[in-house]
Amino acid sequence: MEARADTTTNAGQVLAMASGARRAGGDRVFSYLSIAAGVTILALLAGVALFLIVEAMPAITADSAKLPEGKGLIEYVAPLAFGTVLAATLAVVLAVPLAVAVAIFISHIAPRRLVLVLGFFVDMLAAVPSVVYGLWGIFVLGPAAVPVLEWLEQKLGFIPFFAGPASVTGRTMLVAGLVLTVMILPIVSAVAREVFSQTPRRLQEGALALGATRWEMIRMTVVPFGRSSVISGAMLGLGRALGETMAVTIILSVSGIVTFNLISQSNPSTIAANIALEFPESSGIAVNALIASGLALFAITLVTNLIARAIIARRGVG
Amino acid sequence: MEARAATSMPPVPRQLRGGALPDWAPYGVVAGSLALSTLVLSAAGSLGVALLMVVATIVSCVAIYAWSRPVEGPKRALDRLATFTIVAAFGLALIPLISLLYQVTSRGLPGLDWEFLTGTPHGIINGGGAAHAIVGTIVITGVAALISVPIGIMAAIYLNEYGAGRLARALTFFVDVMTGIPSIVAGLFAYALFAIFLGPGIRLGVMGSVALSVLMVPIVIRSAEEVLKVVPDHLREAAYALGTPKWKTIVKVVLPTAFAGLVTGVMIAIARIVGETAPLLVTTGVVDSINTNPFQGRMQNLAVYAYSEYRTPGIHKTDSYDRAWAAALTLIVIVMLLNVAARLVYRRYRTEIR
Repeated sequence: MEARADTTTNAGQVLAMASGARRAGGDRVFSYLSIAAGVTILALLAGVALFLIVEAMPAITADSAKLPEGKGLIEYVAPLAFGTVLAATLAVVLAVPLAVAVAIFISHIAPRRLVLVLGFFVDMLAAVPSVVYGLWGIFVLGPAAVPVLEWLEQKLGFIPFFAGPASVTGRTMLVAGLVLTVMILPIVSAVAREVFSQTPRRLQEGALALGATRWEMIRMTVVPFGRSSVISGAMLGLGRALGETMAVTIILSVSGIVTFNLISQSNPSTIAANIALEFPESSGIAVNALIASGLALFAITLVTNLIARAIIARRGVG
Repeated sequence: MEARAATSMPPVPRQLRGGALPDWAPYGVVAGSLALSTLVLSAAGSLGVALLMVVATIVSCVAIYAWSRPVEGPKRALDRLATFTIVAAFGLALIPLISLLYQVTSRGLPGLDWEFLTGTPHGIINGGGAAHAIVGTIVITGVAALISVPIGIMAAIYLNEYGAGRLARALTFFVDVMTGIPSIVAGLFAYALFAIFLGPGIRLGVMGSVALSVLMVPIVIRSAEEVLKVVPDHLREAAYALGTPKWKTIVKVVLPTAFAGLVTGVMIAIARIVGETAPLLVTTGVVDSINTNPFQGRMQNLAVYAYSEYRTPGIHKTDSYDRAWAAALTLIVIVMLLNVAARLVYRRYRTEIR
């Protein structure tokens, strides 16, 4: 593709030069405009990092007594970072098996005529605004989950995750994680679907010709072929779940503690939810501290996404 | 077949001899399991939709395996079990969507009346509407689109028509990075940018637009690049052969050919950002009156409105919640309409490329 683009570029330039300086002038303006757009985007991204650092600086350098809760910045951000990673990990652990199944269903099992429609439904999950997920989580899923939480406490209470006491409102880490699961499912399954449907025909038909059933064919050709992409899709989903704000803000009842207990009333907050909750009412150094926590979130998601991209790039999809 | 195998050849493996379940077996198993689970659960007095689904799914997975294994052998039985499990997982993934659409519609419709669409809030006293939020959504999203669309499409033109070398590679890479920026971080960026120049605590509509642009630009670039790529080179070469300069080729040949795809991409990008809450919460603030000037004062929008009606309800909580759901429904309708319209535009206006 690139090579082809190059040849046409050259042809265009040669012809443009041949057809007079005035036209070449128009060309120059247009190409500068398009370069300017590209540079603007790079500047925008550099600006995101730069301005966040500038506004976070006062909190980073400030005396710890002046910060909210009178703690050092690290101590302020660490529990939030823990909650962020916990919620996102929970979502990814739940979403990946489901997303792989959805992807296999759409790419290899569903009737061909339905593929477009089913894909559209899964994409619709991604189109729903996060604030709507939040309302759905707290008014519908949360109350519906209460009996399940109680059951988990009674039957599986010996596992630290389900130590309880079970929340009576459903505003727990588990419910928030479930909502995040639904929100990242379309991303993970889209990546998986894309690669599963690219599994070489000869492998699939070879497996079938050797007497494999459809499931054996999927397990022996499609899944190994798509494994690394599923991992990178999971990382992309993780990045999304780490930064997701509104659903967690609305659903989780937070108390700033550090705990692995997923079903109780008191939960660790997440960086993003903490910003959304505190920012509108904050002023002075507290705002800088929140921006510093946002910078930490930016760094965490950046690393996650870079790993995902590196996996995709190494594999060279296609 | 079977007769010959029995006389002249070693025994054929069971799965090739092929006992088989009838074609209707999967449907029969599902229907049977549903009926059985309903009976058992109602006898136990704990019949609920969720529980019924779970039990019926497990029962039918067990049943199809138990039926298939003696008839078709372990290989095929496992195949059927796997198929059942995967279909069940897909169903499970759709349940939240169905539940969400149903709940938003049934809870949102009562609040979605004329007053909601045209009125503004009456302070903490009840009643009022979301006209200010609807106006704000249109202004903020519109300005965001005005910023993102030219930049995004020009950058895509650069990548596809001019780009080669370091800048193009860097741009491709960083656009990928940009798609991963959490929306709240985009909001903080816009706040930090304006706070440095205009002082802390600033809230403006245009700040929200800048934040949304950070999220929208990469989406526009990706989709525009995608449609520019499929414009065939022979169209460009034909234009060059007629002596058309490159920029005119792009403006008169490439862009018109890709036009439907570009419009579709922009509409989908707008649909993606119109429901954003977090970045606007920290940039545009909350306000109770109509504000049409993005450069002056706070501005409300639908997503933040839905959130604040939930977070800080008025005296009559349920009415506030009704309005939150009505705002949620309005948002979903807008998003769906944009998505469907985008597809229709693409179907109706795309240039057939032979």
